Amino acid sequence: MISEESTIGAMALTDLPDRQGFFKPHRIALMAVAAALVFCVVWFMRWDWIPEYGGRLAHGVGVTLLMLFGTCILGFLFALPIGLVQVTGPWPLKMLAKGFCTVIRGTPLLLQLWLLYYGIGSLFPQFPAIRQSFLWPYLREAWPYGVAALTISFAAYEGEVMRGAFAGVPRGELEAARAYGMSRWKVFRRIWLPRAVHRALPTLNGETVLQLKSTPLVATITVIDVYAVISKVRQMTFLTYEPLLLLALIYLCLTAILVVAFRYLENKIPTRGA
Amino acid sequence: MAADPTLINWSLLALDPPGWGGVLLAGLVNSIKIAVGGYALGLALGTGGAFGKLYGGPVLKDLLEVYTTLVRAIPELVLILLLYYAGTDLLNQLMTALGHGPVDISGLAAGIFVIGVVQGAYSTEVLRGAIKAVPAGQIEAARAFGMSPTQIMRRVTLPAMLPHAIPGLSNLWLIATKDTALLAVVGFSELTLVTRQAAGTTKAYLLFFCAAGALYLGITLISNLVIRIVESRARRGMAAPA
Repeated sequence: MISEESTIGAMALTDLPDRQGFFKPHRIALMAVAAALVFCVVWFMRWDWIPEYGGRLAHGVGVTLLMLFGTCILGFLFALPIGLVQVTGPWPLKMLAKGFCTVIRGTPLLLQLWLLYYGIGSLFPQFPAIRQSFLWPYLREAWPYGVAALTISFAAYEGEVMRGAFAGVPRGELEAARAYGMSRWKVFRRIWLPRAVHRALPTLNGETVLQLKSTPLVATITVIDVYAVISKVRQMTFLTYEPLLLLALIYLCLTAILVVAFRYLENKIPTRGA
Repeated sequence: MAADPTLINWSLLALDPPGWGGVLLAGLVNSIKIAVGGYALGLALGTGGAFGKLYGGPVLKDLLEVYTTLVRAIPELVLILLLYYAGTDLLNQLMTALGHGPVDISGLAAGIFVIGVVQGAYSTEVLRGAIKAVPAGQIEAARAFGMSPTQIMRRVTLPAMLPHAIPGLSNLWLIATKDTALLAVVGFSELTLVTRQAAGTTKAYLLFFCAAGALYLGITLISNLVIRIVESRARRGMAAPA
């Protein structure tokens, strides 16, 4: 497979324009044009539906964020072993992890989501053992399938990144740790894992933004996230563009907040020479 | 086969009408058409965008920055919906303004357009990075030889940046093939949508989704083979990556 890192930056917004030198003469003219456009959009289009759906929209944004952070954290936890066994594991595990990454990265997320929800989900009711188990109330809902699909996808993409990160930790550092008499587990815990996570951090920003861009797909299996709320608005009000424009604006703001938060975090973590 | 309904009913995948295999393959062909068209359009937009972002005037640079920023921050699904409705609407208004009746835009053209616009932003960024990786001295030397900007682009910049661009561009091709699945949401009958229709009609969800997954995986694996050949050819004469 081709390394993911070459395109993350090209597909996900990972940096915001800096404030220094932002105001130049031509930019002021451009901003005037942009302001006029925004004014036209606000003035000539219909926005009176927003107060009515405001509460549901806020709830939808909450669901989207919950999906995003839940699946990113879960996916990252799965990505660690997937990356690790590809570097150091026995060959059956290595092949398994590699096959998992290839299959998940080689098929569209929408298809995986529908396979889980319509395919696997339709099998469960056939087994009485599952119907009577404590899991059944959850398995009847849509969101566990959305969480599962997004987690699997994030684990596969980030597992590929972690493989590179684990392999990229200099041999000498691990040998030095061994020479100090650390056990294999201690070397992993103290040196290998922290160094690998540190190396993977720059791509984590982009992967998280990419994951945010994947979350609206769960609306196709009836999870009520912000995209589903907007679809509902479009059905109720017969408006084509206004709800979609608002949705784009919401995602733009969410991405910007993520980018700012990651920049803040990155500044907190010391790097050599910085 | 009909004796045990839980067993996999392979005859559903038959190519002739009682089976759905032919429908799936037609969907696959549609998906590939859109992927190829969208990717080509994206490459054209991306080449122009990358050169504009690096060598264009300040206004052009800023406009391209807005384009790539928006596409990289907004989910493809939302962009596809917006572009699909806005694109067809605008074209129809244009045709009415020109005195023609409203035209029926084929789903194929609309699909290629939306995938192309999204891919254009991605490849702008990939190509910009690749062009920046070309040593400045090579371009200066070309200028010193008295070549015109188009000659420099054709003879030096494009060939020299290609090895740097190929990993990113091949990734974008794989993404284009997978992004075509999103057109299912606007009702274009590509592979994912016809799979869902077939599965819904026959209730054999697992079979059809796995079959479609195998087809997508096949595209990816074949593409990987081709990419490896192209990459080794583009990298000939260069030192192996460390």
